[in-house]
Amino acid sequence: MEALFAILVGLFFSAAVYLMLSRFSIRIMLGIAILGNAVNLLIFTAGRLTREVPPIIPAGVDMLPSGAANPLPQALILTAIVISFSFLAFLLVLTYRAYQELGTDDTTRMHDAEPEDRPLPPLGY
Amino acid sequence: MLTLMAAPVSDLSAAMVTTPIPPIHWLAILPVVLCISLGALLLMLRSFPRLQAGIAIAGLVVLLLLDAALLRQVVQHGPLTMVMGRWLPPFGIAFTVDVFGALMALAAAVAALAAGIYALSDTTESGRRYGFFPLLMLLISGVTGAFLTGDIFNLYVWFEVLLISSFGLLILGSERAQIDGALKYAVLNLIATTLFLIAVGILYASFGTLNMADIAERAAGLSGTAPLTTLACLFLLAFAMKAAAFPVNFWLPASYHTPRIAVSALFAGLLTKVGVYALLRVLVMLLPTERDELSLLIAIIGALTILVGALGALAETDLRRLLGYVVISGIGNMLVGAALGTADGLGGAVFYALHSVVLMTALYLLAGEAGRRGGSFSIAALGGLYRQSGWFAAISLMLFVAACGLPPFSGFWPKVLLVKASLDLGAWWLAGAILLGGFLLTIAFGRLFLFAYWRPSPLPLPPVRTGWTAGLPLAALTILVIGFGILSEQLLQLARSAADGLADPSAYIFSVFPEGAMR
Repeated sequence: MEALFAILVGLFFSAAVYLMLSRFSIRIMLGIAILGNAVNLLIFTAGRLTREVPPIIPAGVDMLPSGAANPLPQALILTAIVISFSFLAFLLVLTYRAYQELGTDDTTRMHDAEPEDRPLPPLGY
Repeated sequence: MLTLMAAPVSDLSAAMVTTPIPPIHWLAILPVVLCISLGALLLMLRSFPRLQAGIAIAGLVVLLLLDAALLRQVVQHGPLTMVMGRWLPPFGIAFTVDVFGALMALAAAVAALAAGIYALSDTTESGRRYGFFPLLMLLISGVTGAFLTGDIFNLYVWFEVLLISSFGLLILGSERAQIDGALKYAVLNLIATTLFLIAVGILYASFGTLNMADIAERAAGLSGTAPLTTLACLFLLAFAMKAAAFPVNFWLPASYHTPRIAVSALFAGLLTKVGVYALLRVLVMLLPTERDELSLLIAIIGALTILVGALGALAETDLRRLLGYVVISGIGNMLVGAALGTADGLGGAVFYALHSVVLMTALYLLAGEAGRRGGSFSIAALGGLYRQSGWFAAISLMLFVAACGLPPFSGFWPKVLLVKASLDLGAWWLAGAILLGGFLLTIAFGRLFLFAYWRPSPLPLPPVRTGWTAGLPLAALTILVIGFGILSEQLLQLARSAADGLADPSAYIFSVFPEGAMR
């Protein structure tokens, strides 16, 4: 099960990196969305995938029974999911706004912050 | 079922703090609590911009006092730990403050107060209505939380808090250049924090704990078995991106000149330094063996960052973009300190970080004033600032000299330490890179002073008065820059004790796990 998920995580990462290498901002956003999910799956898988043993500490013991899935990574990715969701929402709005304002979604043609024909500093006066 | 219910209530003292918490321990969490609650309060007061500004400035003053008290406590009595919800570490999230964290938090509070006061006249009415001050408080809470936390996942959360508030601050005003800059800033910083999250996940898989003291203690034992070098590389890449180190620095000059000056000043003072702080904390304190292995790589990155920053500053016409490259060059110096890893090297890096927080904030505020006085941010168009006001020119010159790393100002001593540490290890090329970087910056700033201040203005400049909202923070930061240079001995001792705390975290670990605590 874990091996399968590991391969899936790898596929997610490669898709995310491929999309983020694009110069079009909307594809970069899709890449970021997949990247966030790849990370969540990675941490989820690292915490062991099993339903057979409930993660409940029996009375008289102070450790989880061996083989139980670790609940902490699941708590971690709950936090990470919320955070990456809010970031993605912000970024999508920003991308749309950038498309509206700058008239392009091609990042190589976004030169408002760094104009291409910037003069060099003066050499003398 | 009955037997279960009849089972004796287990002894909670193994998992929870049962003794009353000494009031002084609250100092560890109060700065963050203050910032977050003020951020929430200011959000509710968004239709009262005047009241908002007053509360924010008062809050920042209180934050400064709290951080100063925290530093005093930590210097006198060693690291301070406070756990959330009374759960003992490693189960509960711990805030552990050592000298390094407290020093950085104090410097951040100084920069935040200066930028906050400057913002009183720099932000527009609509900027305030769209939440400048709430975002400012949340940004500071993220920065302070990152400096004070003792839990690595919590560090990630604070990174996200400061990141999302910085997005808000960066696009306040919604000009075309801002949106363009913000897109690049947001995407690259988000990727960096995602890399950090991946590293945290793998770290938890290897260590089974997220508490920094716990990790520091176990790292030595795990060196052979777990993929710690891979982990260290991931952390290095993530934090280098946050800090704008050389191959991944391009988001900084693309975005830092676009927002209001108060926001630029805040970002330049704080955000990259959070990356450096996390790099030092994780690589030096948590993974020292792996830092040793990567030290050559970090040194090369540091040297290239210094030179790329200095050359970029030399090639820029826009005053604010020039300063962006000066920030990058400074990051290189701190990385060199992290690469050296000796007491002098780490002390130099900590000292440089403190100097850089104060100086970069001051320089951006100065640039704002220069632009307001001269009517432009371009070196080609500025002129006659010296004739307009001798005082302003004097303050500018002092800050420029400090940025070049020349005596007697604050930039000199950390560079002395770093050069000495490099030569002690026989890394003459590192010392050369630091000195060459300083030389190039001296040319860049010399030319800036020549053109913007000494050159007669093409048009007669009207006399411009600098109001107290700009004059007070500038004067205070300049006094700090001079003070750091002249009273360097005390600061040097603090920086050294911060570096010692990183290199030998036994006091840090003891503060989290006093003898007898359950492990």
